[in-house]
Amino acid sequence: MYSFDIQRPTSIADAVAALSTDEALPLGGGQTLIPTLKQRLSAPSVLVSLGAIAEIKGVCTGDDGALCIGGGTTHATVAKEAASSYPALAALAGNIGDPAVRNRGTIGGSLANNDPSACYPAAALASGATIVTNTRSIAADDYFQGMFATALNEGEIITEVRFPVPEKAAYMKFEQPASRFALVGVFVAKYADGVRVAVTGASEDGVFRWTEAEAALSSNFSADAVPAAPSGDGMISDLHGSGAYRAHLIAVMTKRAVAAAG
Amino acid sequence: MPKDHGIGASQKRREDVRFLTGAGNYTDDINVHGQAYVHFLRSDLAHGKINNIDTSAAEGMPGVVRIFTGKDFEGVGGLPCGWQVTDKHGEPMKEPAHPVLAQGKVRHVGDPIAAVVADSLEQARTAAEAIVLDIDELPAVVDMAKALEAGSTKVHDDLADNLCYDWQFGTDTETTDAAFKNAAHVTTLELVNNRLVANPMEPRVAVGDYSRANDEHTLYTTSQNPHVIRLLMGAFVLGIPEHKLRVVAPDVGGGFGTKIFHYAEEAFCTFAAKACNRPVKWTSTRSEAFMSDAHGRDHVTKIELALDKDNNFIGVRTDTLANMGAYLSTFSSSVPTWLHGTLMAGNYKTPAVQVNVKAVFTNTVPVDAYRGAGRPEATFQLERVIDKAARELGVDPMQLRRQNFITSFPYETPVAVAYDTGDYHATMDKMEELMDIPGFAARRAESEKNGKLRGLGINCFIEACGIAPSNLVGQLGARAGLYDAATVRVNATGSISVMVGAHSHGQGHETVFPQVVAEMLGIDESMVDIVHGDTSKIPFGMGTYGSRSLAVCGSAMVRATEKIINKAKKIAGHLLEASDSDIELKDGQFTVAGTDKSVAWGDVTLAAYVPHNYPLEDIEPGLEETAFYDPANFTYPAGAYACEVEVDPDTGKVTIEKFVSADDFGNVVNPMIVEGQVHGGIAQGIGQALLENCAYDENGQLLSASYMDYAMPRADDIPHMASYVVDHSCQTPCTHNPLGVKGCGEAGAIGSPPTVVNAVIDALHSGGHTHVNHIDMPVSPSRVWAAINGQ
Amino acid sequence: MTKVTMTVNGKTVSGEVKGNTLLTEFLREDLRLTGTHVGCDTSQCGACVVHVNGEAVKSCTMFAAEADGAEVKTIEGMANADGSLSVIQQAFQDYHGLQCGFCTPGMVMSAAALLKDNPKPTEAEVRDYLEGNICRCTGYHNIVRAIMAASGQDVPAVAAE
Repeated sequence: MYSFDIQRPTSIADAVAALSTDEALPLGGGQTLIPTLKQRLSAPSVLVSLGAIAEIKGVCTGDDGALCIGGGTTHATVAKEAASSYPALAALAGNIGDPAVRNRGTIGGSLANNDPSACYPAAALASGATIVTNTRSIAADDYFQGMFATALNEGEIITEVRFPVPEKAAYMKFEQPASRFALVGVFVAKYADGVRVAVTGASEDGVFRWTEAEAALSSNFSADAVPAAPSGDGMISDLHGSGAYRAHLIAVMTKRAVAAAG
Repeated sequence: MPKDHGIGASQKRREDVRFLTGAGNYTDDINVHGQAYVHFLRSDLAHGKINNIDTSAAEGMPGVVRIFTGKDFEGVGGLPCGWQVTDKHGEPMKEPAHPVLAQGKVRHVGDPIAAVVADSLEQARTAAEAIVLDIDELPAVVDMAKALEAGSTKVHDDLADNLCYDWQFGTDTETTDAAFKNAAHVTTLELVNNRLVANPMEPRVAVGDYSRANDEHTLYTTSQNPHVIRLLMGAFVLGIPEHKLRVVAPDVGGGFGTKIFHYAEEAFCTFAAKACNRPVKWTSTRSEAFMSDAHGRDHVTKIELALDKDNNFIGVRTDTLANMGAYLSTFSSSVPTWLHGTLMAGNYKTPAVQVNVKAVFTNTVPVDAYRGAGRPEATFQLERVIDKAARELGVDPMQLRRQNFITSFPYETPVAVAYDTGDYHATMDKMEELMDIPGFAARRAESEKNGKLRGLGINCFIEACGIAPSNLVGQLGARAGLYDAATVRVNATGSISVMVGAHSHGQGHETVFPQVVAEMLGIDESMVDIVHGDTSKIPFGMGTYGSRSLAVCGSAMVRATEKIINKAKKIAGHLLEASDSDIELKDGQFTVAGTDKSVAWGDVTLAAYVPHNYPLEDIEPGLEETAFYDPANFTYPAGAYACEVEVDPDTGKVTIEKFVSADDFGNVVNPMIVEGQVHGGIAQGIGQALLENCAYDENGQLLSASYMDYAMPRADDIPHMASYVVDHSCQTPCTHNPLGVKGCGEAGAIGSPPTVVNAVIDALHSGGHTHVNHIDMPVSPSRVWAAINGQ
Repeated sequence: MTKVTMTVNGKTVSGEVKGNTLLTEFLREDLRLTGTHVGCDTSQCGACVVHVNGEAVKSCTMFAAEADGAEVKTIEGMANADGSLSVIQQAFQDYHGLQCGFCTPGMVMSAAALLKDNPKPTEAEVRDYLEGNICRCTGYHNIVRAIMAASGQDVPAVAAE
């Protein structure tokens, strides 16, 4: 790693101030950032650890019934504390990485990074979540802007993520055999006003909504209603599967998610 | 009743205590006072011409001690290859130079270009970024067939082409062709034995140290064979005489072959420690390991099997391209030839077997032995083509194998080896019993109810272990003897240190070897300790690989212990005033036969070192003996494996639902450890079959460069304990070593890959996908899906 | 350089660390607790797993500065007070759950974390929990058996099911 200082502010305000330094980077759980730093792919002057900010940790239910998760909440905590209120989301969190990773990695870190194969983006997009930062609220539909790209500005911190709780939901992940990230992951969420289907792992543009499936499932929420697989064009093609294979898996995983959601 | 001590007892491992408490002493745990750290600047190009390496800016960077390039090594030798293969025209293989640091060209991603020694590792890395490279990228040669085409870019400009050797072995062409001409049926299969990375969990480490006081070099290194490293590095690379070079391999975190070889980093640290007058340490990262540890396998083969009208095998013919990578690693040349061709008869009495191998240079990491080394490649070809033949002929694959089994021993195969003993029907019987073959149909029906396809795969294998008879391998091109050595040092109070050439890096020698010595002497195992891994302490032995430790080094230890017993009996005879021929040793007591006159082990050992009442006129004082043991033949472990898989036809995912191995390892000293070795081998075999794939793109870039893309088997990839049995109850003892042992380290990795692939093909056929006759490993979900869908 | 103070295996320790000093490096280099190993650089192998405030974490993927004020437990702190092997360590020896020993410290630390949260895991739960611990020697079978045994379950009975 290159040399850098590390700071551990205990409030959002102090963190924002610290992040105003040139070449400062926020450090969430570090489960992606630290391996990146080891490869010297990033050269921050200061890392601002968000791990000591109590106000961005925890899971609660908001006045509107939405599940509110602090940006600094670990996957392990979400898996435990969201289990009764939003079981599909808790199950997703409980299957990210491995137990030690889940004890450090945070929802805010995952969403800020927006890895095209990460799980949380699918949940946030399928749930129509709101990403709350130190300065504003961003709708999930506006937040994800392609592989590793988001609406966040430099120095902006995710303080909370608000998930409207669906009537039914499930996430199905087909794992890439080495990294165990999603080769294809599909989150299906059924709300009173329709069904949302978000796909991670597959597209060269990162997480996306499969609108054909949403339309079909909104009128008939059953596995049989899932449309034929989308085209493989624009899908990731690599050592672990072609674009056509990933496209095929989108349909398979969507069906399974609908079946699991019941 | 199972034994609770000595040979045959499942003794718990004594080394576990230090490993379980964090007290192990691995090479990276060793820090020498004042050490500097080296970072290797490695090529990110697969192939390029070096015009200039400008280190001037880097040399002034903070903490830099010295920067080395290929020029600094012009005065020393290159990394040697330990096996000279002679091709089918009688010509020696092509043996291009393998410099410690690149000279003139870079030839694979990871090829070391420069080495920065600095006070800290981060300083070394930072300085390395300031080195200015002027390298012209050249087209990379990755595909072996293309590498052999006329006009292909050459990996080594001083060679005529990219062919290392064109080797032919076994039955002559006329006889082989006749077998195929007379065949009632010929089955042909083209297949790939996928390139693998051994991935011991401990990455490689080297620490070089130099003492000006006595001109002595010390290298601490992660090696399976410290004496081999001392020999190769001292004699061939750096020109350091053995008595001035000490190589220490302390606790080593797994090897699987990849820590046999002598690597550039070891030579560098040894060289640089003197040049810098400072100890120099290198610790590989895992990412570095992927591009600098020798890889394994990587064969492309066409195999043909000829059968007569009664389904007897009458001929086998193979054509293999074997990837050597960019340079010849230490034992690379022997793997596709003598460790592979000699096993192509398998367990079968096929009269004509011809093996053809072209070894090819490419712009990839060097390829060398990995668990099984050549034998998994041979087994995979043979057992896959037999399975395909059974399917084409509509016969039971087990019956087809059985009717062709070798049943009388010793048996001379057409590929130069003589199996001393075995019973292939016995292991097949045991496998069938444990697998509950009659219950398969019901299990398949159950899987189908859940939308899954279930397949049964079986496989037989034989391997040649206990490497190796020196005179034989010398004729075949080995540039070293392959004996091993042990010194049994009995101390005055009767405790024993056994110094052995074998190295334990997971095999449990520290527990198993004392079981043997203690049994021979009738004393408690706690009185015996094993010393290994330090050339200044142990006799010249060749180390641990090829499932040889107990069969070869253990035999040396038995011979040395026999010498101890003979001498001790003379001392006891003197003390008891009897002829030594009348002395019996039992339970640590020397007794005059037929009397109650006896002396204890400790009385005799004390007399040896305090020779007041001692036959000094006949024998020397002291009780220490060394034996070198050179095996008369290889050993031939064999077995029958079976597994059942479920294939999810919607995703292509394969899961292993049931696995049984029935091995014949001859005698077994510690059943617990043998089973552990088989578990480990099978997991690596399952990894090869389903998960692991070291892949390059057409430009020679490594695609699977970390665990993010190289799939290591994990706990949930392995069958649950209720459906997993490893058995070694079939035992035909080896006829030519004193323990009757054959070796168990590689069997699992050899036996399991074809078992798994045979099962997958069976599953797909049961689902009507009868056009799928083969899927190359790893049989990943995407490949299964593509095969089903004809993509 | 930043001063950090933490409790490691029950002992309060302090040290000066750089911003980029990993917890693993602090443990291995500064405290000479070399039982914690580094087997990869992508946070996957788990040889470096330790407990921080009672939770399993990968000490190669956490900065030492982030552990300031924390309770840290490493493999060196896992034996019983009298130095004898703990139940989990003893089960690993009894069931031959280790060979080369390199992944073992992380395996033991992960096993301890699992059993704290889930005292009687099923075999599937054990295998799932070990996703972040790679072993190349044992093929996992005996590690799983050891953890099941350490949880007080009858391993032969589980295997016979």
